[in-house]
Amino acid sequence: MEIKQDDKEGFGVLLKQGAEARIFESTFLGRRSIVKERFSKKYRHPVLDSKLTLKRLNAEARCMTKARRLGVYTPALYAMDPLLYTLTLEYVEGPAVKEVLLAFGEDGIIEERLDDLATQIGEAIGKLHDGGLIHGDLTTSNMLIQSGTNRLVLIDFGLSFTSTIPEDKAVDLYVLERALLSMHSSCGNVMDRILTAYRRSSKQWSATLNKLAQVRQRGRKRTMIG
Amino acid sequence: MPIAIGLEGSANKLGVGIIQHDNPASNPPSPHDSAFSGDEQQQKQSSPPVRILANLRHTFHAPPGAGFLPKDVAAHHRRWVVRLTKQAMKQAKLGIKDIDCICYTKGPGMGAPLASVAIAARMLSQLWNLPLIGVNHCVGHIEMGRAITGADNPVVLYVSGGNTQVIAYSAQRYRIFGEALDIAIGNCLDRFARVLRIPNDPAPGYNIEQLAKKGKHLLDLPYAVKGMDVSFSGILARVEEMGVKLDQGTEPWLDSESQEPITAADLCFTLQETVFAMLVEITERAMAHVGAKQVLIVGGVGCNIRLQEMMGIMASERGGSVYATDERFCIDNGIMIAQAGLMAWQMGFRTAMKDSTTTQRFRTDEVLINWRD
Repeated sequence: MEIKQDDKEGFGVLLKQGAEARIFESTFLGRRSIVKERFSKKYRHPVLDSKLTLKRLNAEARCMTKARRLGVYTPALYAMDPLLYTLTLEYVEGPAVKEVLLAFGEDGIIEERLDDLATQIGEAIGKLHDGGLIHGDLTTSNMLIQSGTNRLVLIDFGLSFTSTIPEDKAVDLYVLERALLSMHSSCGNVMDRILTAYRRSSKQWSATLNKLAQVRQRGRKRTMIG
Repeated sequence: MPIAIGLEGSANKLGVGIIQHDNPASNPPSPHDSAFSGDEQQQKQSSPPVRILANLRHTFHAPPGAGFLPKDVAAHHRRWVVRLTKQAMKQAKLGIKDIDCICYTKGPGMGAPLASVAIAARMLSQLWNLPLIGVNHCVGHIEMGRAITGADNPVVLYVSGGNTQVIAYSAQRYRIFGEALDIAIGNCLDRFARVLRIPNDPAPGYNIEQLAKKGKHLLDLPYAVKGMDVSFSGILARVEEMGVKLDQGTEPWLDSESQEPITAADLCFTLQETVFAMLVEITERAMAHVGAKQVLIVGGVGCNIRLQEMMGIMASERGGSVYATDERFCIDNGIMIAQAGLMAWQMGFRTAMKDSTTTQRFRTDEVLINWRD
């Protein structure tokens, strides 16, 4: 069977390359789409490598769809290829929250929009956590604002897992807090606004926020034993 | 040109080493330089010239199928420490007046062996009227690895019988980015060796490595990477079950695909491939996190060629390089304690007699690394 060279090489226009995956822009049945390809690690035994890659591909697909079931917008999952290790996702048009906040930093804050943004973020995380889903990599570059609808869309569930333990939820929030502090301190205390919305949205907010206070005390994310 | 003697006995190896720091201009690098990198030019620039005058080691071996007990190891160290020290001084052709300080392992490690070597260090200190320097064992490994390979600011993978840590330097501390949540990698390998009664001489891990070269079937083991951390206890439990099945099974155990019999070599191969892949993965995460290109492997498990090879593939994919040493410096030794101790000594650090205790728990990030910027 003949395969064209450029088909083997990639799945469209390469947008980004990370440590574990490549992101391409492509079309799926005429729709603009994103292809996320997990590539193999040469140092691993091929059997182990394909087992792990497939496991993580599955986990990511499941967590994304679970998030949607919980009422949090994520890109729609169009297709999954367990042989090429790809996920084909809806292309979400719009800027990352990171860019929006950076623009606020430069041009001045629009209170109304910032409030809406923080509320949407807090509510989304609250829904995830109440459903027992931990995003694992909550940074402002993993949140998009869809153009037109102005809806918050969470992306990159590559580090997500299911857990109902307050510790895991607190660390999830702590990661976001650190990201906001280091990147967006000029926007004021966005985290407080997010947590206010989180409190309204999550039924188990009190255990999580108590734990968050402890996590902040640690300096590092882990207790030092042994 | 200061000279230090180092005494190490945190586990089943007793090491005595003597090291000299030369003036950077006048001397060539140590003839013992051995590294995967082989980049002579870089070595000269980034590491202070170090001369190894003596590096002696005596190891306590438990019989096959057994591990070493602290009381037996402590007795072994007490029996050998005087002989080894005398021999080291003789080999270095030094007198008492040539030595500047006595370095010993303060921790972490097994209590009884640590204490017996600390007693020897205190005795020497009083006998020769020299200052004592208590050294963190992990920092010893890192400083020795840096001095030998010339890696100036690497991400460090420290893997041994008692420790599994991914470390990066930041603001005068060696920060732990990831570590084993339960047992150490070397402990996992050693305990597996006991099930198959693989000899403990020269080292269980070395014998597993040799056996694994003949293995070809990869069996299914758990894979436990949790963020930047790893866990080995579940893997050990599973592979021990496999070992027992192989040992006591009445009917032959065949590979499901090739129908060939599963051997002890296959188990060793499977275990190595799985746990090393986990280590390389968390090291890669740490490298990506801090933006480092160099990776240095230290500790007893660090001599494993397969681990070095896998790390090399990962590093080259990232456009970086791997630095590793051989058994003389990877496995616990006295010069690494002397090396780290001498660096602290030059910064004015001293351990008073009343503080010259040992501790089984001593985190890598507790030590102030004031000799680095």
